[in-house]
Amino acid sequence: MSVYSVHAKRRVIDVASKILMGAATLVGVFFLFWILWTTLKFGLAGMHWSLFTQDTPPPGTDAFGLRNAFVGSLILLGLSMLMGVPIGLMAGTWLAEYGFRSRTANLVRFINDIMLSAPSIEIGLFAYAIVVAPMGHFSAFAGSVALAILMIPIIVRTTDEMLSLVGSDMREAAVALGAPAWVVITKVTWKAARAGILTGILIGLARITGETAPLLFTALNNQFFSTNLFRPMANIPMVIFEFALSPYANWQQMAWAAAFIAVAFVLVLSLVARSFLGKVQVPK
Amino acid sequence: MNGSDVAVQRGMRPASDQPKSASKPWRLSADFLFHKATVFAAFLAAATLFAIVIAITYDSWPAIRTFGIWRFLKSSEWDPVTQTFGAFPFIVGTLVSSAIAMLLAVPLSFGIAVFIAEIAPAWIKRPVAAAIELLAAIPSIVYGLWGLLVFAPVFAKIEPWISDHLGAIPGIGSLFQGPPMGIGMLTAGIVLAIMVLPYISSIMRDVFLVVPSSLRESAYAMGATTWEVAWQVILPYTRSAVIGGIFLGLGRALGETMAVTFVIGNSNVLSSSLLMPGATIPSVLANEFTEATTKLYLSSLIYLGLILIVVTLAVQFLAVLLIRRLGRREGTPA
Amino acid sequence: MTHEREQGFRMATVPISIKPPETAPSSSAAQLPVKIAARDLNFYYGKFHALKNVSVDIRQNCVTAFIGPSGCGKSTLLRVFNRMYDLYPGQRAEGEVILDGENILNSRNIAQLRAKIGMVFQKLTPFPMSVYENIAFGIRLYEKLRRPEMNERVQQALTKAGLWDEVKDKLHQSGIGLSGGQQQRLCIARALAVNPEVLLLDEPCSALDPISTAKIEELLFELKKAWTIVIVTHNMQQAARVSDFTAFLLDGQLIEYRNTGTLFTTPSDPRTEAYITGRFG
Repeated sequence: MSVYSVHAKRRVIDVASKILMGAATLVGVFFLFWILWTTLKFGLAGMHWSLFTQDTPPPGTDAFGLRNAFVGSLILLGLSMLMGVPIGLMAGTWLAEYGFRSRTANLVRFINDIMLSAPSIEIGLFAYAIVVAPMGHFSAFAGSVALAILMIPIIVRTTDEMLSLVGSDMREAAVALGAPAWVVITKVTWKAARAGILTGILIGLARITGETAPLLFTALNNQFFSTNLFRPMANIPMVIFEFALSPYANWQQMAWAAAFIAVAFVLVLSLVARSFLGKVQVPK
Repeated sequence: MNGSDVAVQRGMRPASDQPKSASKPWRLSADFLFHKATVFAAFLAAATLFAIVIAITYDSWPAIRTFGIWRFLKSSEWDPVTQTFGAFPFIVGTLVSSAIAMLLAVPLSFGIAVFIAEIAPAWIKRPVAAAIELLAAIPSIVYGLWGLLVFAPVFAKIEPWISDHLGAIPGIGSLFQGPPMGIGMLTAGIVLAIMVLPYISSIMRDVFLVVPSSLRESAYAMGATTWEVAWQVILPYTRSAVIGGIFLGLGRALGETMAVTFVIGNSNVLSSSLLMPGATIPSVLANEFTEATTKLYLSSLIYLGLILIVVTLAVQFLAVLLIRRLGRREGTPA
Repeated sequence: MTHEREQGFRMATVPISIKPPETAPSSSAAQLPVKIAARDLNFYYGKFHALKNVSVDIRQNCVTAFIGPSGCGKSTLLRVFNRMYDLYPGQRAEGEVILDGENILNSRNIAQLRAKIGMVFQKLTPFPMSVYENIAFGIRLYEKLRRPEMNERVQQALTKAGLWDEVKDKLHQSGIGLSGGQQQRLCIARALAVNPEVLLLDEPCSALDPISTAKIEELLFELKKAWTIVIVTHNMQQAARVSDFTAFLLDGQLIEYRNTGTLFTTPSDPRTEAYITGRFG
């Protein structure tokens, strides 16, 4: 093979590979737009005002309503945040302010990284085992526990990273005034890192919105409006699950509408979080 | 070494480790309580992993006792009526759907990562990277909905082509023969691939950026093409983290529930064709859990969950280990 | 040897300006009481022996400067005085540091110690709060004051730091929005608000422009009337301008500690002379 043809061969491979990699990117972007577009199209088609004012209709009617599902989801998300944010915040604080790079702290970080990608259905099973089984029945509370467990690793990680970014000088300045450790942490360090910590909470919230598997064996679903935390509660993901697989046209439309709202909610959360953080990042 | 040098090494210890003070006792107890609260929270966060494994093992014990380990893993019989349960079809389904997903997602992710890191002009980089990461933000149930109601009908039109052409290849042809239903193992694998794509590609891109620019530049300076630099310099350098990223994607694919449940067809019978419906451990859990009437039935389902979590935890353990190894070498957390 | 000394003399007298005679400390300054004294102080960062048998008497209502090349231990010495090293495991001090008759290295109530000894850092560290809150933060650690009293204390602190006029309309704006020189004076005000007796400044002006630096140096002249001040600086001219006493450290040892005027004109140790004439730095 002549030198010229070796060069030519390399050029061809280079160009071909560039085209292929561009094509791979196009494939990814194509699917993104396809999914978002159909969600938008069918979701908007299924939107009715009554979605927010009426509850989920029984099978066979022509009504549109998702009120109990929206309220239920908000309650579930709110309760999970109530449980998950303090634990995540304090655990992240321990890592950044007390544990540093000790062996124990690194072990905790390692375990936390594994938990970040733990299958959500397993966490649902766990919540079933420790809440539903002893209680004897499904409940929104169990669902919130599962969602909180999903949320905590994200908050732990961002809190740890954000607090570690706060310079020691600010801490030293507070200590030099005679402030005790807990005051330094809560009144100075947390404040300095608050944008990043909030971002972590938003990302955590975005992660658990739309999570269905953890609710399959915990909060279940409820065709009626209920705010009882110790009984099954209606929620958007389970409603989508039930309605999408049904043969009823209005149910299917409502599934799309609910999916559209869920996606819009998550996108808004992600955008807000990203603007806080200023860089493109996704919890892995 | 002056004060600001010292301050840079983050070895600070809280003032509460001081000797006990007689005056201002209220301060000591506030420090003490706060510290203990953070320790407790960190403990909870870490112990949850172990608690999950223990709880699931405990609840699958009746099934473990009844069916043992090997019998359960090898048996294809899943019959609630006779109360005999076997995991084989679901294990195969989980592995096959994940394998398809990885076969599709890994090359695509590599291509996307290299494209964003090396090829794309600056004004394309940011939006494309954001777009790919958006794929990860879409809830899995929306993937399922779209997969079933939009993708499957379209795929059903492609399937006859697959049947005719790939199905005719001797040897592996039987993998691709079947009625064009649109749903099935192959569809599940494809949807999984799209779901897993952003995670793998994101990690790949992050680690590609960690490669020292001196290394890349000297390779380009020798006249290497982009492809050669990517394949022969960047990839080997980041090899362990890339493998870690692949494992991470695999872990996700193994445990994915909703997207798979919608499009896999939910057949508990093992089939030889990818175009036929199947089931995975998460999908059978999603479908049958609330209908499990007996304790043994429930316990068998949880037993399936135990198998899954043991496998995914092993995979994710390796993934985190490999990713962190590169991070430690370069001094940046991955 | 004589030739070198002559060379040193000439170079010493040219670039460095000495304070005007009327403010140069007279011999009576040496009779001022000792506020804080280090005796045979040894300090270790892990295994590294950073301060070696340092003994120095800081006199009340004076400005004492610590000078020396990078890594000589001047900041380390300063940070021993308010037990800042306590925050870092692996750092330890041996020997004595006497404040008002008590060895603070063995002190139990460190918060109280730190209230008596204030510190201002090289890096500007306004807290992420309003100007008002920055000052109130320290006060609240020790006292429960009602709003009017707190207002007064905040105003006092800002006035003492020479900042009141510039920020009185901006009290509730973020401290981070102030200019560099203002931020540093805010940090000084913050330290003064808790009524310390000693003020430690670790290279307070190295991040500031000359005009802000001049303002802070003027401030130190005022402050020393009521407080004892120790300043670490790598800028010898600054030390010559503001301080009454200067300590020269090298490799963790105190080489020379004299009346500033004397140290800069007739240093007794050849190493001091070499440093102040710029032969190394």
